[in-house]
Amino acid sequence: MRARGLFTRTALVLGLAFLYLPILSMIVFSFNNSRLVTVWDTAHSPTLKWYVALMSNEQILRAAWLSIRIALIAASAAVVLGTLAGMALTRLGAFRGRMLLAGMTTAPIVMPEVITGLSLLLLFVAMQQLIGWPKGVGAVTITLAHITFCMAYVTVVVQSRLSGFDEALEEAAMDLGARPLRVFLRITLPLILPAIASGWLLAFTLSWDDLVITQFVAGPGSSTLPMVIFSKVRFGVTPDVNALATIMVLIVATGIAVSTAWMRYRQQRRVRDLQLAAAANL
Amino acid sequence: MRLTTASGRRLVAGIPILWLLVLFLIPFIIVFRISFSEVRLAIPPYTPLLTWRHGSPVLQLHWSAYRFLFTDPLYVSSYLYSLKVAAVSTLCCLGLGYPMAYAIARSHAAVRPVLLMLIVLPFWTSFLLRVYAWIGLLKNNGVINNVLMYLGVIHHPLALLQTDFAVYIGIVYSYLPFMILPLYANLEKHDGTLLEAAADLGARPLRAFVRVTLPQSLAGIVAGSLLVFIPAVGEYVIPTLLGRTDQIMIGRVLSDEFFENRDWPVASAVAIVILLLLVVPIMLFQRLERRELEAAK
Repeated sequence: MRARGLFTRTALVLGLAFLYLPILSMIVFSFNNSRLVTVWDTAHSPTLKWYVALMSNEQILRAAWLSIRIALIAASAAVVLGTLAGMALTRLGAFRGRMLLAGMTTAPIVMPEVITGLSLLLLFVAMQQLIGWPKGVGAVTITLAHITFCMAYVTVVVQSRLSGFDEALEEAAMDLGARPLRVFLRITLPLILPAIASGWLLAFTLSWDDLVITQFVAGPGSSTLPMVIFSKVRFGVTPDVNALATIMVLIVATGIAVSTAWMRYRQQRRVRDLQLAAAANL
Repeated sequence: MRLTTASGRRLVAGIPILWLLVLFLIPFIIVFRISFSEVRLAIPPYTPLLTWRHGSPVLQLHWSAYRFLFTDPLYVSSYLYSLKVAAVSTLCCLGLGYPMAYAIARSHAAVRPVLLMLIVLPFWTSFLLRVYAWIGLLKNNGVINNVLMYLGVIHHPLALLQTDFAVYIGIVYSYLPFMILPLYANLEKHDGTLLEAAADLGARPLRAFVRVTLPQSLAGIVAGSLLVFIPAVGEYVIPTLLGRTDQIMIGRVLSDEFFENRDWPVASAVAIVILLLLVVPIMLFQRLERRELEAAK
């Protein structure tokens, strides 16, 4: 028993090192003066020059701004569609098309991206021929594609939360005469709000990060940030990409730290409220 | 809760179904259709399936794209290579991910959320940038070679980049959380008393693991493996950045057919054959997903 505990723990430590080593090396070398990226130039490092270069790189800034706008819209739309799909799959009982919906919400998660990308582009081309919309490919088609694969993830997150809690609360509200929409807004929505929030963050990240599907449905002049990065790194390493990676890691780490602190605060407040309520009852 | 108003029910289910029909299902039908066309120099660059001759429709199915796939050895070898890479990477992922998930599931309840967070955290930072980081680690004057030469283990840099090894590393690295999370979800639910019972009956730890823990965690193993294997078959970014240049994976073939050769029918046929290869794993995954959600109820 003891030997196995040692083995699995070693695997865990090594696995975590494996996960974090590349990220750490990018952060370290983002402060390196040398253009050779992986050869540390002791005389002139650390330096912030790649950060300065990044901040004056018009192309990267424009692409980042486009990616942010697409991710904001795609995540918000995906949350609405994904919540509807999650509600339909857990609260509507049996209905026609249930199997179809269940299948169509899990398939995009594992579907190889090249296939999804190709099929969406061919759809947009066919639509343009038939109804004249969308006019060409660009930000609009990218957003539509992102909504589609993001909503599948949101559905899974919302669905597992919905099937995790008791329907008795909703039924009680119904028995008290609340109409379905009101039950949803007053009971269901507050209960699944954490799932919706994490679904939105997940969707935002996936949209912000997507390269393969985006490449298929993007047009000239609509290069997202991953597309710009890919065209840069495809032909070798460039130090300013290390700086970009460091900034992104920093943002994510800050976000996680803030949300963890906030959750802990809420948890503490709930405990205190419960204690106060218990004291009042005495 | 049962939504009483029929129109409300129809709206809740209808909107997402309609969206996915138009943007997920119909696109596959279009791909299927175009795979039976022939390439031509026009807009769109493929022949129509239905043509009108003497006032009646004539269906023209071309098999040339598929015939091409099976006569040119490039395609067959790319399919086989992709399946091999995906299978080996999945096994490596399982080999590393299982003990990690096990260690997390057996760890102290207070550190468990922290460990899980550490597993998921890299996933929140850009996938593309994390793959790119491996170029800096693996290349000839990269970090790994420099460290090994400094330590005197090797005297000439090892060729690590643009090898199968680099692709395995890249896939295991990127997909590891997808393996660990379903495994953890499964292992966490295990009843420790069963192992104690096995030990009381005289089973050695390894035997107890093989006879008790492993069979119980089969669903987690299958779910995690499918989550890695299916997307890995069509992987494009990792082999393009880290992989060999003399042997490409099928996802790259599809993309090149479409963007470089502008051959939409062959690109579509490549996609359809990938789907045919993956249809059984995808259906298996969906069945597991459904069972998992029903068990949660």
